[in-house]
Amino acid sequence: MKYLHLIWASLFRRKTRTVLTLVSIIAAFLLFGLLDAVRSSFSQAGQSANGAARLQTGSKLSFIQTLPLSLTQQIERVDGVKAVAYANWFGGAYQDPHNQVFSFAVSPNYLDLFPEIAVGDDQRKAFASTRTGALVGEKLAQRFGWKVGDRIPLQSNIFPDRSGSKNWQFDVVGILRASDKKTGGWFDQMFLLNWKYFDDTTPYNQGAAGWYVTRVTDVNQADRVAKAIDALSANSDHETRTQTEQAASAAWMKQIADIGLIVGSIMGAVFFTLLLLSGNTMMQAVRERTSEIAVLKTIGFSSRSVLAMVLAESVLLLVLGGLAGLGLATVIIPVVSAGSGGMLNLPSVGAGSWTLGLALMAGIGIVVGALPAWNAMRLNIVDALAGR
Amino acid sequence: MRVTWLINVGLVVLLAVVLAAWVMLPWPGALALAVLLAAWLLLTRRGRQTLSVANVGISTLSQRLGSSGVIVVGIAGVVGVLVSLLSMAEGYAETLRKTGGTDSVIVMRGGSASEVSSVLARDSIALIQQADGIARNDKGEPLASEELVVAANLPVKGGAADETGSVQLRGIGERGWAVRPQAKIIAGKSFGPGLRELVVGQGAARQFAGLVPGGTVRLGAQTWTVAGVFATGDALESEIWADGTVVSDTYRRGGSRTSVTARLADPQAFKTLKAALEANPQLQVDVTTTLDYFSKQSEGVTKVLRIIGITVGSIMAIGAMFGALNTMFAAVAARAREIATLRAIGFSGLPVVVAVMLETMLLALAGGVIGGLLAWAIFDGYGASTMAAGSVGKLSFALRVSPDLLWTGLKWALAIGFIGGLFPAVRAARLPVTTALREL
Amino acid sequence: MAKLIEIRDLSKVYERGRQKVEVLHHIDLDVDQGDFVALMGPSGSGKTTLLNLIGGLDAPTGGSISVGGQRIDELKAAALAKWRASRVGFVFQFYNLMPMLSAQRNVELPLLLTKLSGAERKKRAAIALQLVGLADRASHKPTELSGGQQQRVSIARAIVSDPTLLVCDEPTGDLDRQSAEDVLGLLRVLNRDHGKTIVMVTHDPKAAEYAHRTHHLDKGSLVGQAELAA
Repeated sequence: MKYLHLIWASLFRRKTRTVLTLVSIIAAFLLFGLLDAVRSSFSQAGQSANGAARLQTGSKLSFIQTLPLSLTQQIERVDGVKAVAYANWFGGAYQDPHNQVFSFAVSPNYLDLFPEIAVGDDQRKAFASTRTGALVGEKLAQRFGWKVGDRIPLQSNIFPDRSGSKNWQFDVVGILRASDKKTGGWFDQMFLLNWKYFDDTTPYNQGAAGWYVTRVTDVNQADRVAKAIDALSANSDHETRTQTEQAASAAWMKQIADIGLIVGSIMGAVFFTLLLLSGNTMMQAVRERTSEIAVLKTIGFSSRSVLAMVLAESVLLLVLGGLAGLGLATVIIPVVSAGSGGMLNLPSVGAGSWTLGLALMAGIGIVVGALPAWNAMRLNIVDALAGR
Repeated sequence: MRVTWLINVGLVVLLAVVLAAWVMLPWPGALALAVLLAAWLLLTRRGRQTLSVANVGISTLSQRLGSSGVIVVGIAGVVGVLVSLLSMAEGYAETLRKTGGTDSVIVMRGGSASEVSSVLARDSIALIQQADGIARNDKGEPLASEELVVAANLPVKGGAADETGSVQLRGIGERGWAVRPQAKIIAGKSFGPGLRELVVGQGAARQFAGLVPGGTVRLGAQTWTVAGVFATGDALESEIWADGTVVSDTYRRGGSRTSVTARLADPQAFKTLKAALEANPQLQVDVTTTLDYFSKQSEGVTKVLRIIGITVGSIMAIGAMFGALNTMFAAVAARAREIATLRAIGFSGLPVVVAVMLETMLLALAGGVIGGLLAWAIFDGYGASTMAAGSVGKLSFALRVSPDLLWTGLKWALAIGFIGGLFPAVRAARLPVTTALREL
Repeated sequence: MAKLIEIRDLSKVYERGRQKVEVLHHIDLDVDQGDFVALMGPSGSGKTTLLNLIGGLDAPTGGSISVGGQRIDELKAAALAKWRASRVGFVFQFYNLMPMLSAQRNVELPLLLTKLSGAERKKRAAIALQLVGLADRASHKPTELSGGQQQRVSIARAIVSDPTLLVCDEPTGDLDRQSAEDVLGLLRVLNRDHGKTIVMVTHDPKAAEYAHRTHHLDKGSLVGQAELAA
């Protein structure tokens, strides 16, 4: 609007002070961008639409306990089940036992239940026909420099082969890509091997399945189907617990940490200090300009419009810094992720964070400008002009 | 203004050098510096000049409460957040570090990252227990406990009805208690041998529902009773223990176990024991002291927590620093006349610079102390838990605000104050005297 | 000549803490349309207070002021602001320009309150600057102008919305002799050729010579008036 020029000029009246304050605001919102991205990625993990139609069945006893393979046909027969796959945790590590690789031995139809994992048809076929074949997530391959056709050694922390060696050999036959990075980011880090090869090679598995993944025909029936699946093994020596993928992810995330609380507390502290800092700047700015504000009023600007102008100035200050800070976060994150060669997979700043950020900028701007704006509004023209 | 530019560049270089040295300074070093500074202030002429200039500034602080408050609060925020985040890393590492000692060992299958992923067959266990170097009790039995470490799903305290969490269940051998003298029963009693009974750690009892003496839990399809609660003051408190044979039954492991924990006859015996066991062709095992084992488990997570703490702290520090710059530039501008007058009288540039920096650093110190105290008051001993690396249960640990951490916080505060005061101070000293005197 | 300003029984009392100070006592004063009036008096005589009341910057404690038929003593603050925007222009001793705006933008300021477009505003400001002889300084900031030039920009701002009344408080108080004469000459032109009514407070008798008549104030009361041949 036409007042923008005046407000802008007022804001930059003392360039140094405004710029220094802006840097502090940028720092605060840069932090916000980074932290909120982490927070929302944790809360979004596994919350995909496909995930809602999938159930996970594991041993009720513990997540490291296996289940009998016979459950496969039993689950298939449950009403509402579209397809069943199974997988075992392989416990892979590359070169160093502490270099964990996210690896599973999977049933032949495993990928059918995960339409959101993109992999070429020929690569799928190669996986099915190559005993020692492995499908590797894009980011994982990037991290270690693996390519299709490579023969790579992978240790298992848990399962040795029949000779007692923990070193296994695999042929990379394909690369996996997650179609939706936000909810399926971790698909890029997976390593899939054939269950048959796994079970044949190690004496310790003895034909057991680690867990089952079931696709239901109707999402709304998910709970009923889950209960029906658990009923199959009730009171046996392999009691199961079936949850939707979403519920399982959320439960797992919760066990890692209450991320929301931690992020919230940090940002609380950050914004509190920011409030004081910008508040101080605005108070100083208005205090220095009493005669100018008085002149505006003599010219005919109403008290209310003076209030609005100071508030606008304060919000503008916050918005300028906030946009720059959030923008910086949006730009930095992919650069850091890329630069780490796939080791770090940081989430990016999403729409939710931007919306929240903008609301915070406006809100903090108003709070910070409230008192100075009030003072400006109540300025007595005569006293101000006389220098009192 | 080439000169100004050169000076600014020079200042930045000076800053880099000073900060590098500061980062590495231990607190006795800083104390020595402080004493030297005090001596200079009180005993030399320039020093006393500085004191009088500084006095003027400090005595008028009350007039600038608002803007001085900005520095104090900003820095308090940085130090508070930094110390709190680092105390998580500290507490976690501490809990794991305490769990082990140099007088006991863990033996696992070779190449296992942790107990849970190791498998030891019955014969191997027998061999291990007879090895040279393991302490023996009065009956001549080796102080070794063959243990089965697994995960169990238990309902979480205060969670939804079917919300479960994973806890590490340790099936211990006959001498399981003897190898861990730090473990004490604090409620109820230990489990009865051969019975489906559990004795739960304090940390686990805090997180999961029903873990009280007399309480029952369902493990899979079976009901177990809680016989008592034990405390160890370290990571083991987050576990639940039971008779190894019964656990093995439930988890269908037969005679195999995951690990053997044993006490050494004496710490020097470690080398012989390790050599003997690792050379044995019938075994493929790794022998580490419990101290090494648990310390290593904490490495990954601790590193991540520290990186997070320092990253967040750094960004906040930049914000606080610019806030300090802002305030001090304004303060210097407001006192331009006084400073110019002093210089016209004959005070040289140095006292002015040092005085401004003293003022800034005093404010920064106040902020650092407040931030550190707040972090200590709120977070020291605060209970937290997370899925620990290398275990399959949630590890309870307490945040720890150590004196070292507080000193780190103070260091950061003073560093921020130093930078925040340096540039305004130099500008104050270089103010053209006549211009400043003319300024209205 | 029609009367622009009619002041009857005007009083102003200030409260400073517990003290009540009566600055103006029962003033009666008329100013004709198109007149150029000077107010003189020793400091503390209340001349600035009277000026502020005439300009609608303050409200009287007693009596009435009518400007252009409008009883401004009856207007509330918001309405008074609107009235000032269109009816009065102010010139201050210390110019009171916005230091971060160019001369052009400073002059445009009162026009922000109107519904004129950006282009219109620019045009009017240019005309006003031309009138005061500073068209070539439109893009300069106040710090780049001399005292006299700044005052002339201030006058341009005062007339840009074409008010009938110009209120000037010691307009030459901070200027050297030459600049003062330039400014006063400009005021005379505005009065004589453009029909602006001007009320000017001054303590400089030489400045008062430019006015048609001078009123004297002492201790809050009018003590007499001197007329000059127009």
